[in-house]
Amino acid sequence: MIGSNDVILSVKDLRAEVDGTEILKGVDLEIRAGEIHAIMGLNGSGKSTFSKVVAGHPDYEVTGGEVIYLGQNLLEMEPEARSRSGIFLAFQYPLEIPGVSNLDFLRVAYNAKRKHQGLEELDAFDFDELVREKLDVVKMDASFLSRSVNEGFSGGEKKRNEILQMALLEPKLAILDETDSGLDIDALKVVADGVNQLANAENAMLVITHYQRLLNYIVPDYVHVMANGRIIRTGTKELALELEERGYEWVLEDATVKA
Amino acid sequence: MTVQVSPEVNTPISQAAALRAEFLQHLRQLAQAIPSRIASLEPLRNRALGQLQEQEFPTNRDEEWRFNDLSALLSLKLTTAETNPVVQLDDLEAFFMPETASRRLVFVNGVYSESLSALGDLPSGVTVANLAGLDAAWTERLQPYLAQQPNAEELFTTLNTAGLSDVAVVFVPKNVEAAEPIRLLFVSTAADPPTFSQPRVLVIAEANSSITLLEDYLAIADGADDSYFVNPVTEIWLGDNASVNHTRLQRDSRTAVHIGKTAVSLKRSARYTCNALSLGAALSRHHLEVHPTGDQAEVTLNGLTVATGDQESDLHSAIALRQPHCTTRQLQKNIVGDRAHVIFNGKVFVPQAAQLTDAGQLNRNLLLSSKARIDTKPQLEIVADNVKCTHGATVSQLEADEVFYLQSRGIDAASAQQLLIYAFAYEILEKIPIASLRESLASSPLFCPNS
Repeated sequence: MIGSNDVILSVKDLRAEVDGTEILKGVDLEIRAGEIHAIMGLNGSGKSTFSKVVAGHPDYEVTGGEVIYLGQNLLEMEPEARSRSGIFLAFQYPLEIPGVSNLDFLRVAYNAKRKHQGLEELDAFDFDELVREKLDVVKMDASFLSRSVNEGFSGGEKKRNEILQMALLEPKLAILDETDSGLDIDALKVVADGVNQLANAENAMLVITHYQRLLNYIVPDYVHVMANGRIIRTGTKELALELEERGYEWVLEDATVKA
Repeated sequence: MTVQVSPEVNTPISQAAALRAEFLQHLRQLAQAIPSRIASLEPLRNRALGQLQEQEFPTNRDEEWRFNDLSALLSLKLTTAETNPVVQLDDLEAFFMPETASRRLVFVNGVYSESLSALGDLPSGVTVANLAGLDAAWTERLQPYLAQQPNAEELFTTLNTAGLSDVAVVFVPKNVEAAEPIRLLFVSTAADPPTFSQPRVLVIAEANSSITLLEDYLAIADGADDSYFVNPVTEIWLGDNASVNHTRLQRDSRTAVHIGKTAVSLKRSARYTCNALSLGAALSRHHLEVHPTGDQAEVTLNGLTVATGDQESDLHSAIALRQPHCTTRQLQKNIVGDRAHVIFNGKVFVPQAAQLTDAGQLNRNLLLSSKARIDTKPQLEIVADNVKCTHGATVSQLEADEVFYLQSRGIDAASAQQLLIYAFAYEILEKIPIASLRESLASSPLFCPNS
């Protein structure tokens, strides 16, 4: 069992490139159980790249540094193995899969994890019962279960569906990549409320966002500012408020001066 | 200046030509050897046999055949199919469907099988039978329709007519609705030497009638060295305001050659839908020709071709409009893997008379391997000026982002790819009006080999 204050993710000097262009230029980050972290920064600063590298996207080549997840070398694991061992990435743009019902998709994903844990897979009836309990977390209508995965879903519905998957998979480390983008304020509240219900002393959340407004609802313990492929400043939730008020300019200048 | 052609260059070409001529002559003899079961159709057969003498076997220099490699056909040492093959109900049971359990007409190697057919539940007035088993009045009644579709002189259609032995007949009289699907099942038994068979289908849907039809080609044995050549022709006639929903499923042996023709004529306000699935055969080609002869006809062509290994599969479609206010919709999807080759040649003719035509055509291709090949040739010929016509073709691969999304949910890469291939095919699969067929295809190894 992982207790509070145990290190879940330890990132040291992580460097990664895509198509020969270096995007991450030495990221350092440590996340412990029970913590909520936020990474903020301008477009192109490397936030999404970082989330994809942690989840194992094949387009990104890691060129240096290390990522240790629960004592294991994460970079050696296939994306599906990362997922099964508890890393969850909520996508900014979730995929549509016509012809595959949401319910079936959720069951396949859920059972892949169960199998990995050496547990018996749930049959359709037991799974149905389980998933219906989880619908409440994101106030989703049961009719979404019989629809094709994300097909014809609105932006808000897709994001809720991501959080529903998260509720089922009960990750140790959930990374939310700009989950607030394209959401109206009501949907934002529902999504944030879902995330808050799932956060506990045993897991950790990493919220990636441009804006402070999501952090009104998901209150972070730490706020990191990313620029030019590095974390250039770390603070508490007050840093997010200061960024909202003053913009990013001053942090960037400050970092340049220090460099 | 004259160009000297050296004998070294010349000889292989003339040898190839001689080989083709010899093969065509052999096909003609095979067709002639097929026993005729309907004496009154002899003149039709003989005329076609005569026409075959004038015709040439196609080569890549023929525009309509330029992408095809017919060597798999030319290399077959064919013999006529066994007239009395031993196929038991048990052999076919795996292919039976609850929806068509009592409306099933079965031919084995082109020969009608009464013991395998089941025709107990047809709406009043609807005839589903083999023509040789019907009385002579039927032959007379159907003669104005047999081999009367445009382009019946095309080589492989002529070949079929030259060996015309029996006909699978579906007749739906005026104002009759045959909503429950009727299945025409053509079974081939792979054998050594490879067999040759020529199923023939005639469908007549009279005014204001409607019918759901499944035309299904399959093999019950698929030995590694066993193959066959099947050359079917299907003619469909729709009267005023008639409706035909036609699913054509080609799932022949992976070593077979299948060259088939579907010719459809539609009168005023008739509606024809074709869901053409091409999954089997080493070499296959389907000519799908649609001729709306009345105004306000609606034509919907949905197609799915899956080719892997060394398969070659060709869909040649042509919609020839002659009247105004017709609507046509075509969506052809191709999934091509390994070293397979898929061809799509889709023509839509909109002459001056076809004003206010609304024609849409889309060909989407999913390429799964760098050695797979797609030749796509969408063609719109528009003369009329007041029309709405669109066409397009796309080629795509599985996106890394899509596979990654599924992997990030714990699904392994191979299963993720299969799921996405199925998702691509689903748009066509969902249009098949027979639930058990839809489901069995969805769970077939073509789309989910790991399940």
